[in-house]
Amino acid sequence: MDNSIFIVLIAMLGGAIRVSTPFMFVALGECLTEKSGRINLGLEGNLVLGAMVAYAISFHTGNPWIGVLAAGGSGLILGALHGYICKLPKVNDIAVGIAIMSFGTGVAFFFGKPYIQPSAPRLNSIPLGDWTGNASLAQALQVNPLFFVGILLAVLMSWAFANTRWGLIVRMTGDSAASARAMGVSVDLVRFIATTIGGMLAGIGGSFLSLYYPGSWNQGLSSGQGLMAVALVIFARWDPIRCIWAALLFGAAGAIGPSLQSVGITQGYYFFNAAPYILTLFIMIASARSKGAAREAPGELSITK
Amino acid sequence: MSQFNLSRRSLLKAGAAGLAAAALPMGYARAQSPIVLGAVYVGPRDDFGWNQAHSVAMEILKQVPGITVIEEENVPETDAVSQSMESMINLDGANLVLATSFGYYSPFVVELAKKYPEVQFRHAAPLWKEGDPTNAGSYFCYLNQGHYVNGVAAGLSSPTGKLGFVAAKPIPSVLSNINSFLLGARKSNPNATVQVIFTGEWSMPVREAEATNALVDAGCDVIGCHVDGPKVVVETAEGRGVKTCGHNASQAPLAPKGFITGAEYKWSTIYSMYADLLAKGEPLPNFVAGGFHNDMLQNTPYGAGATPEAIAAADAAITDLKTGKPIYVGPLKDNAGNVVIEGEMDNYDPVLDGMNYLLEGVIGSIT
Repeated sequence: MDNSIFIVLIAMLGGAIRVSTPFMFVALGECLTEKSGRINLGLEGNLVLGAMVAYAISFHTGNPWIGVLAAGGSGLILGALHGYICKLPKVNDIAVGIAIMSFGTGVAFFFGKPYIQPSAPRLNSIPLGDWTGNASLAQALQVNPLFFVGILLAVLMSWAFANTRWGLIVRMTGDSAASARAMGVSVDLVRFIATTIGGMLAGIGGSFLSLYYPGSWNQGLSSGQGLMAVALVIFARWDPIRCIWAALLFGAAGAIGPSLQSVGITQGYYFFNAAPYILTLFIMIASARSKGAAREAPGELSITK
Repeated sequence: MSQFNLSRRSLLKAGAAGLAAAALPMGYARAQSPIVLGAVYVGPRDDFGWNQAHSVAMEILKQVPGITVIEEENVPETDAVSQSMESMINLDGANLVLATSFGYYSPFVVELAKKYPEVQFRHAAPLWKEGDPTNAGSYFCYLNQGHYVNGVAAGLSSPTGKLGFVAAKPIPSVLSNINSFLLGARKSNPNATVQVIFTGEWSMPVREAEATNALVDAGCDVIGCHVDGPKVVVETAEGRGVKTCGHNASQAPLAPKGFITGAEYKWSTIYSMYADLLAKGEPLPNFVAGGFHNDMLQNTPYGAGATPEAIAAADAAITDLKTGKPIYVGPLKDNAGNVVIEGEMDNYDPVLDGMNYLLEGVIGSIT
């Protein structure tokens, strides 16, 4: 039994490392966008388009890292589109986000057709667990460099929000557009840039899906991960570091269902497969009850206004 | 429900017919009608799985002179499929509509078959029964025979005898594939076990990859699967250095090192038969059950993962199946210890269509 617990724990560790990265990138992108006072629900579209573009470019150039850059570029364009449209008067950012989501996935499916069959070069991982002498632990500790990029980015964002002039401007735009204008800051420009960069991060997240794990391009690849990641930002209460924890937790919880079945706990797999969502729901309920939760939401978000 | 409701399409059709009647003094719209086959798929045509198997067959039919093939992919099992099928009938003149996904049948195919009695409808699951419209029907292949062959080959290609299986949902056809995989493996290795992980969804790439990793971590060295697109499972297993068995279509190119063989449909046999009958003006059968005996299944050419003994045993198993040798030979117990099959079951026995258990030797549970 102890051995089974060990296997499940290793699977959760491995799952957290393998599955969390796309959630991380999308959540960080959304965090930046929402901090500036706008909601971009379209990041699912960026994620799917990023996955397709990364796979296609990696296939044509033979270099997966160029694919990652191109995925960022495609996300950047979609983000900029959202940012630009929302600048126009009387435009609802949530509605535009949903449109961008359909647009992004549609474009990805349309141009992605010829890339479902071929095999593109994938990203390599860094074996960090070889010293353990345990095969499954070593496997769980195969880490993709993008995972570290995500964590680094979160630390950087967290530091920048607190300590830099740019961070202050983004936060101010998100909390009170009137004060930002009074300070002579162009609210639209700040939000445009934040949405664009946020879109780029989501695109990079997509490249992880198609080039590393699960590591192929097809139309069901994302199965709604971009939308979940947007929800994770609210769950993480607009804090980049907490976004990382949320993504890790979500990845680990996702590994519970398959790994319990692999150690012989086979009853109730529908329930265990739903673990990530159930867990998120409960933590959400628990955290939403604190008064602090309402204070942490950027004041300009159209859901809080 | 809405038989008095004049749909937009019916209105357009009536209008078009009126115009045509006015334009043609002789009063007929069509001369010798060509054979038009319309196929509707629930997912992408190139998913390395169920839809690809159908599409590969349709590609073969496209080469036949006098046959026009229309395809539409990614059609959900909702009212959308009625619209797709109606436009194939009304705009493209389809004589035969092939609805290839389980959920298309009721109510969509049944309703349309009543509405268009001159058009033939065939659905790829054993759902047609007496009393349903006679211009509708079912065709189905017992792919479990292919998984049995997979099992025979896997049992002789696996050093440990621990096989893994990534399954989508515990419906009878999936359970039958798992059980046949086990019986095949036990034929060549009496101690073999099959550990199954259900993902709960037909297509969920991340969870399929997680399930494959979990099976490999649990010590399985051959992975079989029954999900819509086996690409992720096969590639993940190959990346972990274990062997794989395919499902639905050929996944051999995805696993150059570890591919053993795969259970593949050969839908072209039945589609060609339908087209021939239509050309001759003869009625199509309402129910066709296929397997190795009538050339509706094939096994994927052996890959590098298959040992020579495995290849010989699998070829022998296929010969046996062609002569009707049964897979399910009792007494067989389920993995809770109840006797579920007493005597020999014919490979096409309808009792097997209601399978709701996993046999002894399968590690897993259907709930």
